[in-house]
Amino acid sequence: MSIRDRLSGNEAVAYAMRQINPDVFAAFPITPSTEIPQYFAQYAADGKVDTEFVTVESEHSSMSTCIGAEAAGVRAVTATSSCGLAYMYEMLYVAASARLPITLACVNRALTGPININNDHSDSMGARDTGWIQIYAENNQEAYDNYLQAMRIAETPDVRLPIMVCQDGFITSHAVENIELEEDEAVKAFVGEYEPENYLLKHENPLAVGPYDTSPYYMEHKVQQAQAMKNAKRAILDVAAEFERTFGRKYGLFEEYQMEDAEAAIVLIGSTAGTAKMCVDQMRARGEKVGLIKLRVFRPFPAEELAQALSKVKTAAVMDKSEGFSGCGGPVFADTRSACYDLKNRPRLINIVYGLGGRDCAVEDIERVFEYLLRIGRTGEDGPVYIHMGQRSSEKEVF
Amino acid sequence: MTRRASEIDEQITWQEITPGGEICEGGTARAIRTGAWRQNCPVWDERKCKQCLLCAPFCPDSSIPVTDSRRGEFDLDHCKGCGICWQVCPFEAIHMVKEGEE
Repeated sequence: MSIRDRLSGNEAVAYAMRQINPDVFAAFPITPSTEIPQYFAQYAADGKVDTEFVTVESEHSSMSTCIGAEAAGVRAVTATSSCGLAYMYEMLYVAASARLPITLACVNRALTGPININNDHSDSMGARDTGWIQIYAENNQEAYDNYLQAMRIAETPDVRLPIMVCQDGFITSHAVENIELEEDEAVKAFVGEYEPENYLLKHENPLAVGPYDTSPYYMEHKVQQAQAMKNAKRAILDVAAEFERTFGRKYGLFEEYQMEDAEAAIVLIGSTAGTAKMCVDQMRARGEKVGLIKLRVFRPFPAEELAQALSKVKTAAVMDKSEGFSGCGGPVFADTRSACYDLKNRPRLINIVYGLGGRDCAVEDIERVFEYLLRIGRTGEDGPVYIHMGQRSSEKEVF
Repeated sequence: MTRRASEIDEQITWQEITPGGEICEGGTARAIRTGAWRQNCPVWDERKCKQCLLCAPFCPDSSIPVTDSRRGEFDLDHCKGCGICWQVCPFEAIHMVKEGEE
Protein backbone atom coordinates (compact mmCIF):
# COMPACT_ATOMS: atom_id res chain seq x y z
CA MET A 1 0.00 0.00 0.00
CA SER A 2 1.28 3.44 -0.88
CA ILE A 3 1.48 6.03 1.88
CA ARG A 4 0.04 9.50 1.23
CA ASP A 5 2.32 12.17 2.63
CA ARG A 6 3.60 15.65 1.83
CA LEU A 7 7.33 16.14 1.50
CA SER A 8 9.82 18.44 -0.17
CA GLY A 9 11.91 16.98 -2.98
CA ASN A 10 14.97 16.83 -0.75
CA GLU A 11 12.99 15.06 1.99
CA ALA A 12 11.64 12.61 -0.57
CA VAL A 13 15.15 11.69 -1.75
CA ALA A 14 16.45 11.38 1.82
CA TYR A 15 13.41 9.21 2.62
CA ALA A 16 14.21 6.95 -0.34
CA MET A 17 17.82 6.73 0.82
CA ARG A 18 16.70 5.68 4.31
CA GLN A 19 14.52 2.96 2.82
CA ILE A 20 17.36 1.68 0.65
CA ASN A 21 19.89 1.90 3.52
CA PRO A 22 23.03 2.31 1.39
CA ASP A 23 26.37 1.16 2.79
CA VAL A 24 28.18 4.50 2.47
CA PHE A 25 26.99 8.10 2.26
CA ALA A 26 29.76 10.60 1.50
CA ALA A 27 28.39 13.96 2.61
CA PHE A 28 29.34 17.53 1.92
CA PRO A 29 26.76 20.33 2.08
CA ILE A 30 25.96 22.77 -0.71
CA THR A 31 22.78 24.72 -1.37
CA PRO A 32 20.18 23.55 -2.39
CA SER A 33 21.11 19.88 -1.85
CA THR A 34 22.26 20.34 1.77
CA GLU A 35 19.01 19.05 3.26
CA ILE A 36 19.57 15.59 1.78
CA PRO A 37 22.65 14.78 3.91
CA GLN A 38 21.05 16.77 6.76
CA TYR A 39 17.92 14.60 6.87
CA PHE A 40 20.02 11.50 6.32
CA ALA A 41 22.37 12.42 9.19
CA GLN A 42 19.30 12.43 11.46
CA TYR A 43 18.31 8.96 10.22
CA ALA A 44 21.87 7.78 10.92
CA ALA A 45 21.88 9.40 14.39
CA ASP A 46 18.51 7.80 15.19
CA GLY A 47 19.77 4.37 14.16
CA LYS A 48 17.27 4.09 11.31
CA VAL A 49 20.06 3.17 8.89
CA ASP A 50 23.38 1.42 9.40
CA THR A 51 25.09 3.45 6.68
CA GLU A 52 28.67 4.63 7.14
CA PHE A 53 28.06 8.39 7.07
CA VAL A 54 31.35 9.98 6.00
CA THR A 55 31.60 13.75 6.46
CA VAL A 56 34.33 14.77 4.04
CA GLU A 57 36.03 18.13 3.50
CA SER A 58 35.04 18.69 -0.16
CA GLU A 59 33.03 17.29 -3.05
CA HIS A 60 36.20 16.02 -4.70
CA SER A 61 36.56 13.88 -1.59
CA SER A 62 32.89 12.89 -1.40
CA MET A 63 33.08 11.48 -4.92
CA SER A 64 36.46 9.89 -4.14
CA THR A 65 34.92 8.26 -1.07
CA CYS A 66 32.07 6.91 -3.18
CA ILE A 67 34.56 5.56 -5.72
CA GLY A 68 36.59 3.79 -3.04
CA ALA A 69 33.52 2.35 -1.35
CA GLU A 70 31.86 1.21 -4.54
CA ALA A 71 35.09 -0.38 -5.78
CA ALA A 72 35.34 -2.18 -2.44
CA GLY A 73 31.99 -3.76 -3.24
CA VAL A 74 29.31 -1.72 -1.49
CA ARG A 75 26.62 0.78 -2.41
CA ALA A 76 27.76 4.38 -2.12
CA VAL A 77 25.68 7.54 -2.50
CA THR A 78 26.13 11.28 -2.31
CA ALA A 79 24.23 14.47 -3.05
CA THR A 80 25.38 17.78 -4.45
CA SER A 81 24.60 20.89 -6.50
CA SER A 82 26.26 23.46 -8.72
CA CYS A 83 29.89 24.18 -7.78
CA GLY A 84 29.94 21.00 -5.71
CA LEU A 85 29.30 18.97 -8.83
CA ALA A 86 31.88 21.03 -10.69
CA TYR A 87 34.41 20.31 -7.95
CA MET A 88 33.77 16.57 -8.47
CA TYR A 89 34.41 16.89 -12.18
CA GLU A 90 37.64 14.88 -12.36
CA MET A 91 36.26 12.15 -10.12
CA LEU A 92 32.98 11.92 -12.08
CA TYR A 93 35.03 10.64 -15.02
CA VAL A 94 36.92 8.22 -12.77
CA ALA A 95 33.66 6.83 -11.38
CA ALA A 96 32.23 6.30 -14.86
CA SER A 97 35.35 4.90 -16.50
CA ALA A 98 36.00 2.55 -13.57
CA ARG A 99 32.39 1.44 -14.16
CA LEU A 100 31.25 2.04 -10.59
CA PRO A 101 27.45 2.36 -10.25
CA ILE A 102 27.41 5.20 -7.70
CA THR A 103 24.16 7.11 -7.16
CA LEU A 104 24.33 10.90 -6.96
CA ALA A 105 21.32 13.05 -6.07
CA CYS A 106 21.89 16.23 -8.06
CA VAL A 107 19.78 19.19 -7.02
CA ASN A 108 20.19 21.44 -10.02
CA ARG A 109 21.51 24.93 -9.41
CA ALA A 110 23.21 27.55 -11.58
CA LEU A 111 26.98 27.52 -11.79
CA THR A 112 28.94 30.57 -10.73
CA GLY A 113 29.35 33.20 -11.93
CA PRO A 114 28.10 35.60 -11.08
CA ILE A 115 27.40 33.60 -7.97
CA ASN A 116 23.80 32.43 -7.84
CA ILE A 117 22.08 29.73 -5.79
CA ASN A 118 18.90 29.33 -7.81
CA ASN A 119 17.82 26.77 -10.31
CA ASP A 120 18.98 26.08 -13.79
CA HIS A 121 20.61 23.02 -15.35
CA SER A 122 24.10 24.33 -16.00
CA ASP A 123 25.66 22.08 -13.33
CA SER A 124 24.50 18.69 -14.60
CA MET A 125 24.55 19.79 -18.25
CA GLY A 126 28.22 20.64 -17.76
CA ALA A 127 28.72 17.05 -16.63
CA ARG A 128 26.82 15.54 -19.56
CA ASP A 129 29.97 14.10 -21.17
CA THR A 130 31.34 12.49 -17.99
CA GLY A 131 29.76 9.11 -18.73
CA TRP A 132 27.06 9.29 -16.05
CA ILE A 133 23.47 8.29 -16.66
CA GLN A 134 21.26 11.34 -16.08
CA ILE A 135 17.60 11.18 -15.13
CA TYR A 136 15.53 14.29 -14.39
CA ALA A 137 12.38 14.81 -12.35
CA GLU A 138 9.45 17.15 -12.93
CA ASN A 139 8.24 17.05 -9.32
CA ASN A 140 8.83 15.50 -5.90
CA GLN A 141 7.06 12.26 -6.78
CA GLU A 142 9.33 11.76 -9.76
CA ALA A 143 12.42 12.63 -7.71
CA TYR A 144 11.42 9.88 -5.26
CA ASP A 145 10.45 7.36 -7.94
CA ASN A 146 13.57 8.03 -10.03
CA TYR A 147 15.72 7.50 -6.96
CA LEU A 148 14.07 4.14 -6.26
CA GLN A 149 14.84 3.04 -9.82
CA ALA A 150 18.35 4.48 -10.03
CA MET A 151 20.44 1.73 -8.45
CA ARG A 152 18.73 -1.06 -10.36
CA ILE A 153 19.55 0.74 -13.62
CA ALA A 154 23.13 1.64 -12.69
CA GLU A 155 23.98 -1.82 -11.32
CA THR A 156 22.61 -3.75 -14.32
CA PRO A 157 25.57 -6.02 -15.27
CA ASP A 158 25.88 -4.83 -18.88
CA VAL A 159 25.50 -1.19 -17.77
CA ARG A 160 27.61 -0.70 -14.63
CA LEU A 161 27.60 3.10 -14.85
CA PRO A 162 27.09 5.77 -12.20
CA ILE A 163 23.77 7.57 -12.19
CA MET A 164 22.73 11.15 -11.46
CA VAL A 165 19.18 11.62 -10.23
CA CYS A 166 18.40 15.28 -10.90
CA GLN A 167 15.69 17.59 -9.63
CA ASP A 168 15.25 21.36 -9.83
CA GLY A 169 16.82 23.28 -6.96
CA PHE A 170 14.27 25.00 -4.68
CA ILE A 171 11.43 24.54 -7.19
CA THR A 172 11.13 20.86 -6.31
CA SER A 173 13.85 20.40 -3.69
CA HIS A 174 12.29 22.82 -1.20
CA ALA A 175 8.64 22.98 -2.23
CA VAL A 176 6.42 20.63 -0.24
CA GLU A 177 4.03 18.62 -2.38
CA ASN A 178 1.70 15.68 -1.98
CA ILE A 179 3.53 12.45 -2.58
CA GLU A 180 2.90 8.72 -2.60
CA LEU A 181 5.60 6.89 -0.67
CA GLU A 182 6.04 3.15 -0.72
CA GLU A 183 6.41 0.76 2.22
CA ASP A 184 9.98 0.17 3.42
CA GLU A 185 9.80 -3.56 2.78
CA ALA A 186 8.40 -3.08 -0.72
CA VAL A 187 11.18 -0.61 -1.55
CA LYS A 188 13.89 -2.91 -0.18
CA ALA A 189 12.45 -5.81 -2.18
CA PHE A 190 12.33 -3.71 -5.35
CA VAL A 191 15.81 -2.22 -5.06
CA GLY A 192 17.45 -5.44 -3.85
CA GLU A 193 21.06 -5.93 -2.80
CA TYR A 194 24.19 -4.84 -4.67
CA GLU A 195 26.04 -7.92 -5.83
CA PRO A 196 29.03 -6.98 -8.00
CA GLU A 197 30.86 -9.80 -9.74
CA ASN A 198 34.28 -8.57 -8.61
CA TYR A 199 35.28 -6.09 -5.94
CA LEU A 200 38.37 -5.10 -3.99
CA LEU A 201 37.44 -6.91 -0.79
CA LYS A 202 36.60 -10.21 -2.51
CA HIS A 203 39.24 -12.27 -0.78
CA GLU A 204 39.39 -15.17 -3.20
CA ASN A 205 39.85 -12.94 -6.22
CA PRO A 206 42.17 -9.97 -5.64
CA LEU A 207 41.40 -7.08 -7.96
CA ALA A 208 43.17 -3.97 -9.23
CA VAL A 209 40.82 -1.07 -10.11
CA GLY A 210 41.65 1.96 -12.23
CA PRO A 211 45.07 0.98 -13.57
CA TYR A 212 47.05 3.10 -16.02
CA ASP A 213 45.67 2.42 -19.49
CA THR A 214 48.13 2.69 -22.34
CA SER A 215 47.03 3.59 -25.85
CA PRO A 216 46.83 -0.07 -27.01
CA TYR A 217 43.99 -0.58 -24.46
CA TYR A 218 42.29 2.80 -23.82
CA MET A 219 40.18 2.86 -26.98
CA GLU A 220 38.75 -0.60 -26.23
CA HIS A 221 37.70 0.56 -22.77
CA LYS A 222 36.03 3.67 -24.17
CA VAL A 223 34.09 1.70 -26.79
CA GLN A 224 32.99 -0.66 -24.03
CA GLN A 225 31.87 2.31 -21.92
CA ALA A 226 29.95 3.75 -24.89
CA GLN A 227 28.23 0.39 -25.36
CA ALA A 228 27.32 0.36 -21.65
CA MET A 229 25.63 3.75 -22.08
CA LYS A 230 23.67 2.40 -25.05
CA ASN A 231 22.66 -0.62 -22.95
CA ALA A 232 21.44 1.74 -20.23
CA LYS A 233 18.48 2.76 -22.41
CA ARG A 234 17.10 -0.78 -22.33
CA ALA A 235 17.85 -1.11 -18.62
CA ILE A 236 15.99 2.14 -17.86
CA LEU A 237 12.92 0.86 -19.71
CA ASP A 238 13.12 -2.59 -18.07
CA VAL A 239 13.36 -1.12 -14.58
CA ALA A 240 10.55 1.35 -15.36
CA ALA A 241 8.33 -1.52 -16.51
CA GLU A 242 8.96 -3.43 -13.30
CA PHE A 243 8.44 -0.26 -11.28
CA GLU A 244 5.06 0.19 -12.92
CA ARG A 245 4.09 -3.44 -12.24
CA THR A 246 5.16 -3.05 -8.59
CA PHE A 247 4.04 0.46 -7.68
CA GLY A 248 1.70 1.44 -10.51
CA ARG A 249 3.41 4.61 -11.70
CA LYS A 250 4.57 4.68 -15.32
CA TYR A 251 7.92 6.01 -16.57
CA GLY A 252 9.75 6.04 -19.89
CA LEU A 253 12.62 7.83 -21.57
CA PHE A 254 10.41 10.90 -21.90
CA GLU A 255 6.79 11.81 -21.36
CA GLU A 256 4.59 12.83 -24.28
CA TYR A 257 1.78 15.17 -23.30
CA GLN A 258 -0.95 15.84 -25.87
CA MET A 259 1.40 14.91 -28.69
CA GLU A 260 -0.95 12.66 -30.77
CA ASP A 261 -2.10 15.38 -33.19
CA ALA A 262 0.16 18.23 -32.09
CA GLU A 263 1.38 20.65 -34.73
CA ALA A 264 3.64 22.64 -32.39
CA ALA A 265 5.64 21.06 -29.60
CA ILE A 266 7.95 22.08 -26.80
CA VAL A 267 10.79 19.84 -25.60
CA LEU A 268 12.15 20.57 -22.15
CA ILE A 269 13.49 19.05 -18.94
CA GLY A 270 12.38 19.27 -15.33
CA SER A 271 9.85 21.27 -13.33
CA THR A 272 8.94 23.66 -16.17
CA ALA A 273 7.00 20.71 -17.58
CA GLY A 274 4.28 21.35 -14.97
CA THR A 275 3.94 24.93 -16.17
CA ALA A 276 3.98 23.82 -19.80
CA LYS A 277 1.28 21.17 -19.22
CA MET A 278 -1.02 23.82 -17.78
CA CYS A 279 -0.37 25.97 -20.84
CA VAL A 280 -1.05 23.02 -23.17
CA ASP A 281 -4.36 22.38 -21.39
CA GLN A 282 -5.41 26.02 -21.70
CA MET A 283 -4.48 26.24 -25.38
CA ARG A 284 -6.05 22.85 -26.19
CA ALA A 285 -9.28 24.10 -24.60
CA ARG A 286 -9.44 26.74 -27.30
CA GLY A 287 -8.53 24.30 -30.05
CA GLU A 288 -4.80 24.89 -30.53
CA LYS A 289 -2.90 21.73 -31.45
CA VAL A 290 0.03 22.00 -29.06
CA GLY A 291 1.94 19.34 -27.15
CA LEU A 292 4.84 18.79 -24.79
CA ILE A 293 7.73 16.36 -24.58
CA LYS A 294 9.32 16.23 -21.16
CA LEU A 295 12.69 14.53 -21.32
CA ARG A 296 13.23 12.26 -18.33
CA VAL A 297 16.44 10.63 -19.53
CA PHE A 298 19.12 12.91 -20.97
CA ARG A 299 22.04 10.43 -20.81
CA PRO A 300 21.76 8.13 -22.65
CA PHE A 301 20.03 10.51 -25.06
CA PRO A 302 16.88 8.88 -26.52
CA ALA A 303 17.67 10.10 -30.03
CA GLU A 304 15.64 7.67 -32.19
CA GLU A 305 12.60 7.71 -29.91
CA LEU A 306 12.60 11.50 -29.61
CA ALA A 307 12.97 11.99 -33.36
CA GLN A 308 10.02 9.67 -33.88
CA ALA A 309 7.94 11.61 -31.37
CA LEU A 310 8.76 14.86 -33.19
CA SER A 311 8.32 13.45 -36.69
CA LYS A 312 4.73 14.65 -37.10
CA VAL A 313 4.92 18.18 -35.70
CA LYS A 314 5.48 21.18 -37.96
CA THR A 315 7.46 23.23 -35.46
CA ALA A 316 9.12 22.59 -32.15
CA ALA A 317 10.97 24.66 -29.57
CA VAL A 318 13.65 23.00 -27.51
CA MET A 319 13.91 24.87 -24.25
CA ASP A 320 17.31 24.77 -22.58
CA LYS A 321 17.68 25.74 -18.93
CA SER A 322 21.43 26.15 -19.38
CA GLU A 323 23.40 28.30 -21.78
CA GLY A 324 26.19 26.00 -22.91
CA PHE A 325 27.99 28.83 -24.70
CA SER A 326 28.38 26.97 -27.95
CA GLY A 327 27.32 30.22 -29.63
CA CYS A 328 24.59 28.33 -31.49
CA GLY A 329 22.26 26.87 -28.87
CA GLY A 330 22.00 24.90 -25.66
CA PRO A 331 22.89 21.24 -25.11
CA VAL A 332 19.35 19.80 -25.24
CA PHE A 333 18.82 21.62 -28.54
CA ALA A 334 22.07 20.32 -30.02
CA ASP A 335 21.18 16.71 -29.28
CA THR A 336 17.53 17.08 -30.29
CA ARG A 337 18.32 18.75 -33.59
CA SER A 338 20.97 16.13 -34.31
CA ALA A 339 18.44 13.38 -33.54
CA CYS A 340 15.93 14.89 -35.99
CA TYR A 341 18.42 15.16 -38.86
CA ASP A 342 17.68 11.61 -40.07
CA LEU A 343 13.93 12.18 -40.29
CA LYS A 344 12.44 12.33 -43.80
CA ASN A 345 10.18 15.21 -42.78
CA ARG A 346 11.98 17.25 -40.21
CA PRO A 347 10.06 19.72 -38.06
CA ARG A 348 11.34 23.27 -37.96
CA LEU A 349 13.31 23.48 -34.70
CA ILE A 350 14.19 26.51 -32.65
CA ASN A 351 16.09 26.80 -29.40
CA ILE A 352 15.02 28.91 -26.46
CA VAL A 353 17.44 29.39 -23.59
CA TYR A 354 15.40 30.36 -20.53
CA GLY A 355 15.20 30.31 -16.75
CA LEU A 356 18.90 30.87 -16.04
CA GLY A 357 19.83 31.40 -12.41
CA GLY A 358 16.23 31.04 -11.26
CA ARG A 359 14.63 33.44 -13.78
CA ASP A 360 10.94 32.60 -13.61
CA CYS A 361 9.08 30.94 -16.45
CA ALA A 362 5.32 31.35 -16.23
CA VAL A 363 2.40 29.85 -18.17
CA GLU A 364 2.24 33.07 -20.24
CA ASP A 365 5.89 32.64 -21.24
CA ILE A 366 5.21 29.14 -22.51
CA GLU A 367 2.11 30.44 -24.27
CA ARG A 368 4.16 33.03 -26.15
CA VAL A 369 6.47 30.24 -27.31
CA PHE A 370 3.55 28.14 -28.57
CA GLU A 371 1.97 31.16 -30.27
CA TYR A 372 5.26 31.87 -32.02
CA LEU A 373 5.61 28.20 -33.09
CA LEU A 374 2.05 28.12 -34.44
CA ARG A 375 2.65 31.36 -36.33
CA ILE A 376 5.89 30.29 -38.01
CA GLY A 377 4.25 26.93 -38.76
CA ARG A 378 1.38 28.72 -40.47
CA THR A 379 3.30 31.42 -42.32
CA GLY A 380 6.64 29.68 -42.89
CA GLU A 381 8.35 32.94 -41.96
CA ASP A 382 12.06 32.95 -41.26
CA GLY A 383 13.49 33.94 -37.91
CA PRO A 384 16.32 33.30 -35.51
CA VAL A 385 17.02 29.74 -34.41
CA TYR A 386 18.86 30.46 -31.18
CA ILE A 387 16.81 32.69 -28.90
CA HIS A 388 16.98 33.79 -25.26
CA MET A 389 13.81 34.37 -23.28
CA GLY A 390 13.08 36.31 -20.09
CA GLN A 391 15.92 38.86 -20.18
CA ARG A 392 15.34 42.62 -20.06
CA SER A 393 16.40 44.24 -23.29
CA SER A 394 16.65 47.69 -24.84
CA GLU A 395 15.94 46.13 -28.23
CA LYS A 396 12.91 44.33 -29.58
CA GLU A 397 13.35 40.63 -28.86
CA VAL A 398 11.50 37.57 -30.18
CA PHE A 399 10.16 36.98 -26.64
CA MET B 1 33.92 -10.88 -16.51
CA THR B 2 36.86 -12.39 -14.67
CA ARG B 3 40.02 -12.42 -16.74
CA ARG B 4 43.63 -12.97 -15.67
CA ALA B 5 46.25 -10.39 -16.65
CA SER B 6 48.01 -13.03 -18.75
CA GLU B 7 44.83 -13.32 -20.86
CA ILE B 8 44.89 -9.59 -21.73
CA ASP B 9 47.28 -8.47 -24.45
CA GLU B 10 47.29 -5.97 -27.31
CA GLN B 11 45.19 -8.32 -29.45
CA ILE B 12 42.19 -8.37 -27.10
CA THR B 13 38.93 -6.88 -28.46
CA TRP B 14 36.70 -4.34 -26.72
CA GLN B 15 34.10 -7.05 -26.17
CA GLU B 16 36.60 -9.23 -24.30
CA ILE B 17 38.59 -6.70 -22.29
CA THR B 18 37.68 -6.27 -18.61
CA PRO B 19 35.37 -3.34 -17.72
CA GLY B 20 37.27 -0.25 -16.63
CA GLY B 21 40.58 -2.07 -17.07
CA GLU B 22 40.08 -4.16 -13.95
CA ILE B 23 42.80 -6.71 -13.38
CA CYS B 24 41.65 -9.79 -11.52
CA GLU B 25 44.94 -10.70 -9.80
CA GLY B 26 47.73 -9.06 -7.84
CA GLY B 27 51.44 -8.57 -8.55
CA THR B 28 51.01 -8.26 -12.29
CA ALA B 29 53.83 -5.68 -12.56
CA ARG B 30 56.15 -8.70 -12.58
CA ALA B 31 54.96 -9.58 -16.06
CA ILE B 32 56.01 -6.21 -17.52
CA ARG B 33 59.71 -5.81 -18.38
CA THR B 34 60.15 -2.22 -17.29
CA GLY B 35 63.94 -2.70 -17.13
CA ALA B 36 63.95 -1.79 -20.82
CA TRP B 37 63.81 1.92 -19.78
CA ARG B 38 67.28 1.63 -18.16
CA GLN B 39 70.19 3.83 -19.34
CA ASN B 40 72.67 2.95 -16.61
CA CYS B 41 73.16 -0.55 -15.33
CA PRO B 42 74.37 -1.66 -11.87
CA VAL B 43 77.09 -4.32 -11.72
CA TRP B 44 77.48 -6.41 -8.55
CA ASP B 45 80.94 -7.54 -7.44
CA GLU B 46 80.22 -10.63 -5.36
CA ARG B 47 83.84 -10.76 -4.02
CA LYS B 48 83.59 -7.30 -2.41
CA CYS B 49 80.03 -7.84 -1.13
CA LYS B 50 79.77 -8.50 2.63
CA GLN B 51 76.05 -9.40 2.36
CA CYS B 52 75.15 -6.54 4.68
CA LEU B 53 71.87 -6.28 2.69
CA LEU B 54 71.72 -2.48 2.85
CA CYS B 55 71.10 -2.30 -0.90
CA ALA B 56 67.99 -4.50 -1.04
CA PRO B 57 65.56 -2.38 1.06
CA PHE B 58 66.80 0.81 -0.65
CA CYS B 59 65.97 -0.53 -4.13
CA PRO B 60 62.74 1.26 -5.21
CA ASP B 61 61.90 -1.51 -7.67
CA SER B 62 62.51 -4.62 -5.54
CA SER B 63 65.12 -5.61 -8.12
CA ILE B 64 67.62 -7.10 -5.63
CA PRO B 65 66.30 -10.55 -4.75
CA VAL B 66 67.17 -11.84 -1.25
CA THR B 67 66.99 -15.54 -0.47
CA ASP B 68 67.96 -17.07 2.88
CA SER B 69 69.41 -13.74 4.06
CA ARG B 70 71.71 -13.43 1.03
CA ARG B 71 71.28 -11.20 -1.98
CA GLY B 72 71.63 -12.55 -5.49
CA GLU B 73 72.10 -11.06 -8.98
CA PHE B 74 70.10 -7.97 -9.99
CA ASP B 75 66.67 -8.51 -11.53
CA LEU B 76 67.48 -6.60 -14.71
CA ASP B 77 63.96 -7.12 -16.09
CA HIS B 78 62.76 -4.53 -13.59
CA CYS B 79 65.84 -2.50 -12.48
CA LYS B 80 65.64 1.10 -13.83
CA GLY B 81 69.34 1.82 -13.20
CA CYS B 82 68.68 4.61 -10.68
CA GLY B 83 72.00 3.91 -8.88
CA ILE B 84 70.67 4.15 -5.31
CA CYS B 85 72.18 0.72 -4.48
CA TRP B 86 75.55 1.96 -5.74
CA GLN B 87 75.26 5.08 -3.53
CA VAL B 88 74.35 3.20 -0.35
CA CYS B 89 76.79 0.28 -0.68
CA PRO B 90 79.50 0.78 2.05
CA PHE B 91 81.90 -1.68 0.39
CA GLU B 92 82.04 -0.46 -3.23
CA ALA B 93 80.59 -3.79 -4.26
CA ILE B 94 78.32 -2.11 -6.84
CA HIS B 95 79.34 0.14 -9.73
CA MET B 96 77.39 1.60 -12.62
CA VAL B 97 78.08 1.19 -16.34
CA LYS B 98 76.33 2.60 -19.41
CA GLU B 99 73.58 0.21 -20.47
CA GLY B 100 74.91 -2.30 -22.97
CA GLU B 101 78.58 -1.49 -22.37
CA GLU B 102 79.52 -4.33 -20.09
